[in-house]
Amino acid sequence: MVLTPPLLELRRVTQTYGVGQRQFTAVKEVNLVLDEGQFVALVGPSGCGKSTVLRIVTGLQPPSQGQVLYRGTVLRGINPHATMVFQTFALFPWLTVLENVEVALKARGMPAALRRARALDLIDRVGLDGFETAFPRELSGGMRQKVGFARAMAVEPELLCLDEPFSALDILSAEALRGELLELWTTGQIPTRAILMVTHNIEEAVSLVDRIIVMDKDPGRIVADLTIDLPHPRRRKEGKFLEIVDWVYATLAGHTQPEHIEFGTAPGEPGRTRALPDAAVNELAGLLEHLAQMPRLQADIYHLAGELHLGTSQLLHLIEAAELLGFTTIAQGDITLTPLGETFAEAGILTRKEIFATRIRRLPVFQWLLALLHAAERRQVEAAVVQIALELEFPAEEAKRQLDIAVRWGRYAELFAYDDKVGILYLEPGETVPLEPEKRAPSATAPS
Amino acid sequence: MPDQLRFFGSTQPPSRPLTWGDGVVLLGVIALLAVGIRLALGAPAAIAGPTISLAPSALPWYAAYSVGRMAAAYCLSLVFTVSYGYLAAYHRRAEYILLPLLDVLQSVPILSFLPVVLLSLSAVLPQAVAAELASIALIFTSQVWNLTFGWYQALTTLPEELREASRVFRFNGWLRFKVVELPFAAISLVWNSMMSWAGGWFFLMAAEMFTVGHRDFRLPGLGAYLQEAAHRGEGSAILWGIGSLVLVIVLLDQLVWRPLIAWSDRFTLQLVERATPPTSWVYAALRSSRLLRHFVDSVLSPASERLDQWLVRRFPPPLHPPRASAAQIWTWRVLGTVAACGLLYGTYHAALLLFAVPLAHWGMIGLGILATLLRVGVSLLCAFAWTIPVGTVIGTNPSLAAWLQPLVQIAAAIPATALFPVLLLLVLGLPGGLHLAAILLMLLGSQWYLLFNVIAGARAIPQELRYTAALLRLSSWQRWRTLLFPALFPSLVTGGITASGGAWNASIVAEYLNFGGRSLQITGIGALITEATAAGDYSLLLAATLSMVFTVVLLNRAVWRPLYRIAEQRYRLA
Repeated sequence: MVLTPPLLELRRVTQTYGVGQRQFTAVKEVNLVLDEGQFVALVGPSGCGKSTVLRIVTGLQPPSQGQVLYRGTVLRGINPHATMVFQTFALFPWLTVLENVEVALKARGMPAALRRARALDLIDRVGLDGFETAFPRELSGGMRQKVGFARAMAVEPELLCLDEPFSALDILSAEALRGELLELWTTGQIPTRAILMVTHNIEEAVSLVDRIIVMDKDPGRIVADLTIDLPHPRRRKEGKFLEIVDWVYATLAGHTQPEHIEFGTAPGEPGRTRALPDAAVNELAGLLEHLAQMPRLQADIYHLAGELHLGTSQLLHLIEAAELLGFTTIAQGDITLTPLGETFAEAGILTRKEIFATRIRRLPVFQWLLALLHAAERRQVEAAVVQIALELEFPAEEAKRQLDIAVRWGRYAELFAYDDKVGILYLEPGETVPLEPEKRAPSATAPS
Repeated sequence: MPDQLRFFGSTQPPSRPLTWGDGVVLLGVIALLAVGIRLALGAPAAIAGPTISLAPSALPWYAAYSVGRMAAAYCLSLVFTVSYGYLAAYHRRAEYILLPLLDVLQSVPILSFLPVVLLSLSAVLPQAVAAELASIALIFTSQVWNLTFGWYQALTTLPEELREASRVFRFNGWLRFKVVELPFAAISLVWNSMMSWAGGWFFLMAAEMFTVGHRDFRLPGLGAYLQEAAHRGEGSAILWGIGSLVLVIVLLDQLVWRPLIAWSDRFTLQLVERATPPTSWVYAALRSSRLLRHFVDSVLSPASERLDQWLVRRFPPPLHPPRASAAQIWTWRVLGTVAACGLLYGTYHAALLLFAVPLAHWGMIGLGILATLLRVGVSLLCAFAWTIPVGTVIGTNPSLAAWLQPLVQIAAAIPATALFPVLLLLVLGLPGGLHLAAILLMLLGSQWYLLFNVIAGARAIPQELRYTAALLRLSSWQRWRTLLFPALFPSLVTGGITASGGAWNASIVAEYLNFGGRSLQITGIGALITEATAAGDYSLLLAATLSMVFTVVLLNRAVWRPLYRIAEQRYRLA
């Protein structure tokens, strides 16, 4: 008997950007097999390369190394058997709903009459009957994405790729559309053989798919692969469902590591520089205040998302920041406030700034920045210089974001100031001994 | 057939067979036929040139000639734009050369090339043909750069997801052009086309009334008519000429550009409906016309469908990422080498010519540039002085803007070069008349860009900021310093860039003239260029033109670009 090859196979796929010293690995050595009949979700924190994997699968982007095999043949160029539904819909605003769906068929050279019939049928099936002549701008987000689905399914792809298809929609539309997609898929109304969906919404993934692949970042890689055999429809309050969601969150959030691993090294030094999580200080304070009201100062990470009305990736960033600064610890999917975090939550504005300053001074990135500022003439450094140094550790875009975060945190902590007009970081004149924070008493500056 | 109705979205009540739009369309077709036949059959002998008839009855033909030249140059510009933009946007290596080149070409004073083009063409072709071609080439160079830039920018700023969608759904080159790139660029192309036509009129007028030394290169057209009228001092002919020019410009605006703008609004990327979409009565008429709809449904749509099908089948998208074949690579290499050799040879000859320029001439060039720079500066200052207060008043006062703006638009549409002969009549008698005339022409050629930008800038100042200024009881000087001037700064810079370009261009016509048989000139680089052409002194011509190009590019880099950066970073509202 001849073994039929799987629908899709990634073999040691690696994607790097840039050259020489400034080379960054987006995805490293990813192996993945996708069989017919599977609905698979790729989840992971932002920057873990899940969208990159999707782009490699569709052929939009050739991998730097490794192979993509489709039904046993190496893929080169655009994958003719796959289509994609985009997070931002990617509809042509100047074409009507009907034309948007039709144009995908026109590109394959289908005659007008056939094309129109097929497009109308698909529009009907996604429930947009009556909106054929509407322009995308006249539709709600949910309806726009339905057009996106109709267009992708019209060309009858074997592999349907979904790039965070529900994340730009409001909660109700997203829920409705998920149900409709699931119905089309489970009842076999579409000739699609497999679906690969990228999402950062863990609950969404668990409620829809048969298999979850968890990715982590630095570098992007697969860390877990879980089959979900719950029958549809799945109830979100069910014990088994919650267990899986909890497990995925625990896998993603990891657990608190010893400090030297957690902190990383300064830019330019050997070892990996820890990327600062993109968290706003006031949101961080909000999270800590919320935890301070919990019994035992502890919460289930999965529940937090709902309680705080936060997106998964935003919450993960906040948790990462709280953990990095020593305000919380994480173990087995639970987050616990430390005594320091509790103090912070209860403190006033100025004390919070003091605590925050003390904490971020311990991070190698800030120690390096302050040393740089102290060594510099007139105690000022161009932001562009810092960015270039950061680019040794991060891709250009990420370096810019890291600089941004560092500036925001540093300004809040009053470690240094930043002149936006000229793009210069500088030490305030009074700030003379910043490497030893304990010298200034916290209450000294507080108004009485 | 309810289904059919739904797909074709007819909103017309079925009981009325014809609409008012049909009336407009029918009338338009009849008028077009009548005018066309009349123009084709009834041309008087005089309009063939080279003598210019001042009879008002000759004006329709002259107007037709002028518009024809513009249209020819515009078609050329479109073809150039699409190919150059594609090359620059999609070929990494080409981009390195093409983009800076475009930037330089954009700031080159085009008018200085006219004599060179004209003389070299007239060496091989009959004079009338050479003059026609040279005028078209000149108009082309005045129309094309901003169009190309707009198209290039559209290609490079096309949202990534639309590009990815077109790749995932395997659009071939034609479909990508028709469905993705062209619609995305449409708004920018329409606006840039309007600007191009406005700029084109300026040079058309100059080209039609061109003389080099004693050689008369005048072309039958509105420009030549106006110049002839001014030479002979015939007031009524001047009025007739200006009147028909304004009429042509207004007609084009109403019949072509407004409908195009209203139509292109559908290509906006914004996903919300605009509160006040641009409107046009012609467009409304065309849209409501059932005859036209029938024509589109039964002739145009099937034809375009057949074309699409053929192109999609004939040129399927490549299955694999296109990899240049060895033959292609070699073709490019050979082409590149040939181009490089040609360039080197040209540079070598240019260098020889430049070395032949005596030191005294370089001194004259330096002096000329200084004098022209001074004139450009003075005219810009004058333009700033009147447009800032007037533009601010118009921009911040909606009721005033409502009736002043169309007037300003028409005034701005009259090319300064058309008015120049008339202007000369008026000021030549005054002391320092030629200097005054030159500065006035530069002012005419540059002030409108500024005014429009100031009006737009003033209109964009948020109401709450103006309220705050009023509540704080700022004195009028403080108000200018803290609110109006910073808020207007970006518009002043963008307006200033275009205005200074316009002023430099105008200098060539403004500084050296043949008027009523006399030739008059003042010190300036423009005069030097024209004089060198007339004398056939090619080394001086090259040296002067290159110096002017160098100065303008240097000014743009050293003055305007830094200002622009400041405006972008510090003074942008919102």
